[in-house]
Amino acid sequence: MFFLSSLKIAFRAIRVQRMRSALTMLGIIIGVGTVIIIINAGSGAKSQIAKQIAGIGSNLLMVFPGSTSSGGVRMGAGTKSTLCIGDAEAIKEACPSVKLVAPTWGGTAHLVFGNQNWSTSVTGTIPDMFQIRNWTLAFGFLFNQRDINTAAKVCILGQIVVENLLGDIDPIGQVIRINKIPFTVIGVLDKKGSSSYGRDQDDSIYVPLSTAQKRLFSTHIPGLVRTIMVQAKSLELMFEAEKEINALLMQRHHIQSGQEKDFTVRNLTEIMSIAQKTANIMSVLLLTIAMISLVVGGIGIMNIMLVSVTERTREIGIRMAVGGRSKDILMQFLIEAIILSLFGGLLGMVLGITACKVIAAVIKWPIPISWEALLLAFVFTGSIGVFFGFYPANKASKLNPIDALRYE
Amino acid sequence: MANLIETQDLVKVYNSGDVKVVALNGISLTIDAGGLVAVMGPSGSGKSTLMNILGCLDKPTTGKYFLEGIDIGGLDRDQLAHIRNRKIGFVFQTFNLLARTSALENVELPLIYSGVSTGKRRETAMDALHSVGLSGREDHCPNQLSGGEQQRVAIARALVNFPAIILADEPTGNLDTKSSYEIISIFQKLNIENEITVIIVTHEPDIAAFTRRNIIFRDGKVTEDKIAQKNTSACPGAMR
Repeated sequence: MFFLSSLKIAFRAIRVQRMRSALTMLGIIIGVGTVIIIINAGSGAKSQIAKQIAGIGSNLLMVFPGSTSSGGVRMGAGTKSTLCIGDAEAIKEACPSVKLVAPTWGGTAHLVFGNQNWSTSVTGTIPDMFQIRNWTLAFGFLFNQRDINTAAKVCILGQIVVENLLGDIDPIGQVIRINKIPFTVIGVLDKKGSSSYGRDQDDSIYVPLSTAQKRLFSTHIPGLVRTIMVQAKSLELMFEAEKEINALLMQRHHIQSGQEKDFTVRNLTEIMSIAQKTANIMSVLLLTIAMISLVVGGIGIMNIMLVSVTERTREIGIRMAVGGRSKDILMQFLIEAIILSLFGGLLGMVLGITACKVIAAVIKWPIPISWEALLLAFVFTGSIGVFFGFYPANKASKLNPIDALRYE
Repeated sequence: MANLIETQDLVKVYNSGDVKVVALNGISLTIDAGGLVAVMGPSGSGKSTLMNILGCLDKPTTGKYFLEGIDIGGLDRDQLAHIRNRKIGFVFQTFNLLARTSALENVELPLIYSGVSTGKRRETAMDALHSVGLSGREDHCPNQLSGGEQQRVAIARALVNFPAIILADEPTGNLDTKSSYEIISIFQKLNIENEITVIIVTHEPDIAAFTRRNIIFRDGKVTEDKIAQKNTSACPGAMR
């Protein structure tokens, strides 16, 4: 019951000094808001990166052909056709750290179905690629070794292609024309979303490697491939696998050490895990700043409470004269500080959640609101109220009644 | 009559820098329950210091003070607060009401600290306001009230906990004559009807004339202690 009176007294004190209370709370509002944005956006970013890592495939190495040089002007990586199926098979057989290998060959093609048409990238590959990249089928099935041997005219579609070309028609078993050649749709991939570099991974179709090489984008040398995807046996073995591939291909392509290589091996998982580490470091950094702003907010509360105690010395004297004990006065000012910080904390949460929603809408990332983070912020601000409110409140409660009454 | 207040050789010395100021220099007096006493004397004669000690707001440097037989010197802060809350009501020259707080809430203040429930608190506070003639003004804040009315709110606050003593330190110092007489008549009424001991510090002889005992101070000592021959009422209606 007495607690209720203290609460009422504290609320009145805050209401009477509306502007000052609002400014006092601002530090806490910004601090809590920032903490919530960082925790939630940070975990959103991390899960987004994790999803992309899963999407590009785990423990993935990519082998690209080297650059062409014409008259001393060197073109970019992949401009020269130096890799062939033989390389892929050799990697699989000769490199002990390698689990799966999938060569690809492809290009852009024009698709027609009924009165609809669409242009997209067509990739020829082998079934292992889907395993390497952790891609799963929504409907239908994958092509098999027989389809590759016979260069079968079958294809697997990404979701965007299905939407644009077939609409609501069940795609399995439909015949679409790729560069005027009829292909039977045997499968549709699950939705994957855009890749880390912004390309929509669902806007593509997949055909058997031999079909791409022989029927769609004929190679000037038989068996030529554009890239070779390699999955290492584990994350720890990725560097080992990279070394083995480099050594093998240099031997196969007759390149002396010191000479320029005609291929490039890229470690995509490593790039992504670096991105994740960077995101983690940024989160920690921002969280530190947010914590500092919370502490500064707490000091702000202490500052205002100290001013308030000085300003209200006479009030404290009156309260003591009519029977207020030290602990009554202590409670009054402590509750006031706690209310200020908790109320600021609540407003900060509203601010933080709103900001998370806005950010999620703008960058199109799902940002899940973590209730643990909200609870943490609430408990933390409450503690700040107690911690920074105690000193002024204690000071008030230790005043000598007669001095407080005489204070001008 | 029992000794409500008994002091033995009270000395209060203030150290202001290197100079020692002796505010009280051996005060021994007794005040009976039910008394209406005026403490008089020039400024700096120690009468306010005595009031603060009697009100348990301050402690003497040496000497003893017994209130209802209890040695106040042996009590701690919280026990003193309890005594102030239950036995003593204060009325100050500057009213000392909480600003921006309604008359009713000001009067309720001592009851909050004695743990009275909200409903009972309101009722008791309204009664107190009624007894000082401020019914209907309970929602006014001090700055909406005249000086006399503010002092009456302060008296209501002083008497709301049914104290044994009301200590009034220059209660009419900031008031005009008419308001002063109103205030004094309230004190007389409380003294007679509620049997509350009232001790008034004043340096106005006409205020002192309304009391039954005058104690006169000079330089920290009692120079005169006289019982009034005739007690006049400040208000004809309150005359017995």
